[in-house]
Amino acid sequence: MKKISIHIDGKKYQCNEGESILQIAIRNNIDIPHFCYHEDLQLDVHCRTCLVEFEGNVTTSCNLFAKPGMKVLTNSSKVKKLRDENLELLLADHKKICPKCQQGYFCRTARQMKKYRITGTKYHRDEIKAPIHKLGTAAEFDPQACISCNKCVEMCEKIGIGFLKLEGKGSKTHLGYNKDPNVDCIYCGQCTAHCPVAAVREQNHLQPVENLLKNRKGKVLIAQMAPSVRASIGEEFGLPPGKNMEGEMITALRKLGFDYVFDVNMGADITTYVEATELAERIKGNGVLPMITSCCPGWVKYAEFYHPEILPNLTRARSPQIHSGGAYKTWWAKKAGVDPKKIVIVSLMPCTSKKYEADFEKLKVNGLYPVDYVLTTRETGALLKKHYINLPTLKKGKLDLPGTYSGAAAIYGASGGVMESALRSAYHFITGKELKKVEFKEVRGMKGIKKAMVKFGNRTLHVAVAYMPKNSHILIEEIKKNPLAYDYIEMMACPGGCIGGGGQPYPNSEAIIWERIQALYKIDDKMTLRTAHQNPVVIDFFENYIAKLPKHKQEEILLTRYSRKRKFE
Amino acid sequence: MNNLLDKIKAAKLVGRGGAGYPTAAKWEMVKKASGQTKVVICNASEGELGVFKDFHILKKFPQDVVKGMVLAMDYLGTKQAYFNFNKKYYRRIILKLDPILKRYEAKGYRFTVYEEKPSYIGGEETALLNAIEGRRIEPRLKPPYPCDAGLFGKPTLIHNVETLFNVARVAEGKFEPNRFYCLSGPKKLNRVYYLPDSWTIEQILKKTKRYPRYDFFAQIGGGASGLVINQKQMETQKMTGAGSLQVFRSTTDPRQLLLHWFEFYAKESCGKCTPCREGSFQLYELLKRNKRVPWKKMMTIVEIMGKISFCALGKSIVIPVKSYMKNVLKKRA
Ligand code: SF4
Ligand code: SF4
Ligand code: SF4
Ligand code: FES
Repeated sequence: MKKISIHIDGKKYQCNEGESILQIAIRNNIDIPHFCYHEDLQLDVHCRTCLVEFEGNVTTSCNLFAKPGMKVLTNSSKVKKLRDENLELLLADHKKICPKCQQGYFCRTARQMKKYRITGTKYHRDEIKAPIHKLGTAAEFDPQACISCNKCVEMCEKIGIGFLKLEGKGSKTHLGYNKDPNVDCIYCGQCTAHCPVAAVREQNHLQPVENLLKNRKGKVLIAQMAPSVRASIGEEFGLPPGKNMEGEMITALRKLGFDYVFDVNMGADITTYVEATELAERIKGNGVLPMITSCCPGWVKYAEFYHPEILPNLTRARSPQIHSGGAYKTWWAKKAGVDPKKIVIVSLMPCTSKKYEADFEKLKVNGLYPVDYVLTTRETGALLKKHYINLPTLKKGKLDLPGTYSGAAAIYGASGGVMESALRSAYHFITGKELKKVEFKEVRGMKGIKKAMVKFGNRTLHVAVAYMPKNSHILIEEIKKNPLAYDYIEMMACPGGCIGGGGQPYPNSEAIIWERIQALYKIDDKMTLRTAHQNPVVIDFFENYIAKLPKHKQEEILLTRYSRKRKFE
Repeated sequence: MNNLLDKIKAAKLVGRGGAGYPTAAKWEMVKKASGQTKVVICNASEGELGVFKDFHILKKFPQDVVKGMVLAMDYLGTKQAYFNFNKKYYRRIILKLDPILKRYEAKGYRFTVYEEKPSYIGGEETALLNAIEGRRIEPRLKPPYPCDAGLFGKPTLIHNVETLFNVARVAEGKFEPNRFYCLSGPKKLNRVYYLPDSWTIEQILKKTKRYPRYDFFAQIGGGASGLVINQKQMETQKMTGAGSLQVFRSTTDPRQLLLHWFEFYAKESCGKCTPCREGSFQLYELLKRNKRVPWKKMMTIVEIMGKISFCALGKSIVIPVKSYMKNVLKKRA
């Protein structure tokens, strides 16, 4: 592409010919409001807020493409007049309706309202007579708050579901959903990570967690953070994506009043242990292959609703947060002499479907839910800000011992990470030896489907990794034609894996996800403990606790089962 | 001159849906577009206020309209055509139209009828494509233009009913430089007249014996988006847009007239872009709430719609409002 230069507000900028003015502005930190532009989604050009002046006319900048010598103004009086009034129209009544604004969560939209002095009170929007719709126990959308930017609809379509759609006409336009009985939401929350006004959002667990922190009633509060959250939470505080904030987060969680800070990463090591064991058994004992991962509840819901025929292939291993939650409420409780009923576990997750998962009756251990509350990364950011905790300024803290994890767990958040972790341990379980080189680079990276062959002694394993249901569908069709095509497959609902999850900060884009992924692999690179089965805490859990339990109790803590799901189930 | 395209050029045919684009140029663009199958669409949506000529033409000259489509198909080397029908229309002309279509279908032409819930935006070319494809009815971002990638991505020629009628007349050598006028006014019947397009509005009113005896003004080209002119201007002004001519008494209450337009815009906005979706609603509310017209507040919104709406529907609101203020109320807009 040809390099050219253009002028924005009188300053010269280098860019590629044909790039949009908005893209160039975003790259150079020039603020232009934009509500319907997302770099990974189609160009809609309908919010009409990204206005600039070009050759005397005011025009949208997301579809104004750079030509040599072009001169545009982003803040001329003509632009201001139209842009500000249009923003008043777009965001009419927004603050009144948005629960995040009421929580004091200062998102990009709130920042822009402040910057451009948009009151949101000059006009009153039309009344939409549609109730808040719950997406399972994961997310929800409020048609009244929707500004019809269509991003959630496009994202839901892009992943291959197509559950959401805009309904109504004129000022009655609002978000609705597909009534087709064969189309259902999988609770991934991608829609929520693409809504500029939180009209579609996670279901609120912030309030109960806050109440708990205020009024503990003799409870023991444990926080556990998912692999991906440490690599993205910095964004909530204006840091660039891909900064590992684990240490700061531990300090912050203690400041908030959590008694212990453990880690979902420890749970990931348990998951890997269980899953790699099962893979080894299936391979040696002619079990159903390919075995498919099941740690993503969005993917599981997809399989249970759209492809129940594939359920026997799913590993029976529970997911990391459920494994660690269950371990802390049994093994650790016993060791620490704490009444499990008094323990409250709060997971910090990059995901909304983890809320849905935490709510499953079938996962209860000794009558208790392994995880009590799930906060998304965004909710976590809001919680810290409400308590005036400025994360980047904090000293790094240390995890409590039961949170100890391996490098294999650290990479769980990235697409291919679960696969790589399992391979590191399965190699040991199958061959009895340890790998010299633990990296499997072929399964890394931002490709919707990755395939690789890995040598395990004299055996070659065929593996595949897919993210987004659209790609899962392709692999499932392939397996149906050729059941022997693969031995092991990792499936995730979200782009790039959990690191691009539906609970991650806004904006969430492939470029940002890529930065976050680097942070995860860096953690792994720096560790000496790099396999799950060598994690001393995990070994202790299995050898000194699990091994001594009767089989049904072991299963109650370690395994799960699946069943065909109906719409809205 | 036996080449149809040259004849169309010579007759200076322009689109009669409202935009007035030269017909021959449109044909050439679709012809040049790469793409295996091409498609011809007859747009009989007619969702604008005060416009009812397409129905009249379909009722009286269905054979010409279909002939126009067939000529276009032959020119493009395709057998595929669609009707985008205003639901109310199709039911009422089906008996006349169907036998004609059957005759051509016997020769291998294929016609698909799409019935549309009457709406203004449904007449917009790309919104119409969305409607037929079963997508949300709203205009598409251009480019691509329909002539390159239209219905299901195929190069598509979209013509209004009257344009197709004209094409047939040109081919038969019976073309007259006329157009269809839709006249309406207080207490007068709505009627369609077929008269020279070179006539002034005053001539039209006088020749049709509909020149009022009271003081009046008129809106031409479309009953919502059309231009408003005073009696003096009618001496020179000719017809524009979709061919409507509505007469109003000078004593018409401005608030009522504005409400009438704004209600239409609020009802017909597709909801895609902010200025038109929210602006049209706010305009309607503003006028409903206030007994006197709040001119300044009103114009702020009208300006936004006119300057930054996504499509011509939203943008067009400035035409009636500003011309009414300037030509009739003698107000600075
Ligand atoms: S949660 Fe996922 S599947 Fe459900 S509507 Fe949102 S994007 Fe679509
Ligand atoms: S719910 Fe949010 S993302 Fe979806 S269309 Fe409405 S405003 Fe846009
Ligand atoms: S101006 Fe905007 S809202 Fe109005 S009809 Fe066109 S696209 Fe739809
Ligand atoms: S971001 Fe350009 S029109 Fe919405």
